[in-house]
Amino acid sequence: MRPKLELLDNRLIDRILGEAFQLIENPGVRVAPYVVELLRAAGARVTDGVAHIPETLARRQLALAPHEFYLYDRNGKAAVHYGGDDVHFDPGSSCLNILDPETQQARPAMAADLVRLVQVAEMLPQFAAQSTAMVCNDVPPEIGDWYRLLLVLWHSEKPVVTGAFSASSLHTLLELLAIENGSREGLRDKPRAVFDVCPSPPLNWSEFASHNLVDLARAGVPAEIVSMPLAGATAPVTLVGSVVQHAAECISGITIHQLAQPGAPIVWGGAPAIFDMRTGKTPMGAIETAMLDVACAEVGKYLGLPTHTYMVAGDGRVIDAQVEMESGMSTVLGALAGINMISGAGMLDFLACHSIEKLVIDAEAIASAQRLIEGIEPRSESLAIAAFAQAGLQGDFLKLKETRALFRKEQHFPSAVIDRGLASCGAAPDIVGRARERVEELLAEYQRPSSLADREQAMLNFAEAEGGRAGLEGLPGISSTASATR
Amino acid sequence: MPDQTFCAMQQSIIDGAPDTASDLAQRAVAEGIEPLDAITNGFVPGMHAVGEQFGQGKMFLPDMMASAEAMRAAMAVLDPELKKLGTERPMAGVVVLGTTKGDIHEIGKILVGTLLSAHGFRVHDLGVDVGGEKFAVKARELNADIVGVSALLTTTMRNQRGVIEALVKAGLRSQVKVMVGGAPVTRQWAEEIGADGYAKDAMSAVALARNLMERKAQSVAEPV
Repeated sequence: MRPKLELLDNRLIDRILGEAFQLIENPGVRVAPYVVELLRAAGARVTDGVAHIPETLARRQLALAPHEFYLYDRNGKAAVHYGGDDVHFDPGSSCLNILDPETQQARPAMAADLVRLVQVAEMLPQFAAQSTAMVCNDVPPEIGDWYRLLLVLWHSEKPVVTGAFSASSLHTLLELLAIENGSREGLRDKPRAVFDVCPSPPLNWSEFASHNLVDLARAGVPAEIVSMPLAGATAPVTLVGSVVQHAAECISGITIHQLAQPGAPIVWGGAPAIFDMRTGKTPMGAIETAMLDVACAEVGKYLGLPTHTYMVAGDGRVIDAQVEMESGMSTVLGALAGINMISGAGMLDFLACHSIEKLVIDAEAIASAQRLIEGIEPRSESLAIAAFAQAGLQGDFLKLKETRALFRKEQHFPSAVIDRGLASCGAAPDIVGRARERVEELLAEYQRPSSLADREQAMLNFAEAEGGRAGLEGLPGISSTASATR
Repeated sequence: MPDQTFCAMQQSIIDGAPDTASDLAQRAVAEGIEPLDAITNGFVPGMHAVGEQFGQGKMFLPDMMASAEAMRAAMAVLDPELKKLGTERPMAGVVVLGTTKGDIHEIGKILVGTLLSAHGFRVHDLGVDVGGEKFAVKARELNADIVGVSALLTTTMRNQRGVIEALVKAGLRSQVKVMVGGAPVTRQWAEEIGADGYAKDAMSAVALARNLMERKAQSVAEPV
């Protein structure tokens, strides 16, 4: 059996959904003018920018949302399955800062940092997808969103979790993806990216978020709702109250999205957190935050929808025992909850900072969690009798053929980041040192995936033209490698 | 028994009890206690105690919000009495607050505004999604001492720089101190964009605002 974590029973989920449906009708949901006609035409009342969505309408649209879909890699191969209890991880996204590899102090992230992170994540099988992990401070802010996507597409072949910074720039990101794919139709058939779209708590689909929902649906590119109730501040203080708000935000978002394009792929996702009543911070490493993550996803799974959440992040400002305790705990809980995409690895300091060293440490926690959800399975007819028949009371199990045949299935072997006393495992006495060595090893092994030269050239032409308009000089993070493809 | 009354006033603020605070303020007026005395020796020490206990992790944000509400209830009684006497409470400073352009998050800003008001600042909250020019216009209109700019998102944090630029363009920068805050904001960022200060939380924002007022007074006192 596969081990599973559940925090809600079906009766409570029904109550949560019942209240969520009530909330989207009354008090309703704030929406942007862009979606008012769409909602009115479907039977919702919209007054003063607030949509009152009847339960019947919302349920009809929920029934249209697909229960599963795939993200594809650079070669058009299905690589990430959103649906069921499949669990995938990707690095956290949109950080402004990075822990400098040398000093381990936070500093603004640059394009070169994002490239390093992408290359390391590319080498780690624990990450099924990449993310547009950092905002590059050496790139003009107005092109920051599509440029970081360009860097990920350029240096990786994995699917990407991304997002636009404005209503209009979404179209630039979609154009870039279409160029990489070969066509708009190709992008719709085999999307490589999923876009995070964030409602503003409580119950507000802003101009930017409303546009993104509708435009993604019409482009046929998957949208991932990232609902962020902060329990006690922008949402009810009880965990279950915040789960209700999360459900109401997701349901209203899916309603708008499915009205724009029935059957378009969408994810029941989020980044909920508690609001620390002493500091006003939103601790991602708090156990209650993890409980919210699990419970919110559980409601989505109950509806049969693909799920996402934000876990594997710690709150301390450096890589230390606190950060890794928090990250490790939530990694295990997220995996046990069967959440389809779990974002957040590599992040610390309340999601304000990324660390490539932490990313490789988190990869070890993820590998352990992946082993955990494989569970304990009988591997032969006899569980132990046959082994004892051979080993007897001398207990020499090490010599048995069965041992040699099965130990690789039974045991996960961590990298040298985890100190198990292996003599050849680097000289660094502490985990940050070992992580740093591992990063260098992975970077040394990394090779940029090849792609069709004409598409790469089209991406470069696009980047140079768009970047030039924003005053970008050269193509940071690409220029050194681009010449080889020309 | 003013001492006992002052103690009760202080306690009503610590307890976050607006009805009690209001009753005590009314009783003080009826008994002829000077309104300014009631404020300075009764209610304000309550807010100071709250700030101290919050700093020590003994009080929590909902408690502090309730204390600010109690302070407001007392002032609603005492402010009109001060006006009748032709005086007013010494004002700590004028602050224009807002969340930066493109950002509609305001929980942090509301906390800061509530605490600044409770600590004697006159606060004008411009709300959310506020462009730099609007900050500058309001700062000029109110002759503001401080402009406070909040941002929750890494993407909108950059617009804090635009507020400073708008103040420079309006010729107000030398008269107005700028403080910035919000989840992604750091001290380094504040320095980079030329802000006068950064506060990591609402209570620090109060301390920072006081400090900025002192710095402002010093710069005014210094010969040009």
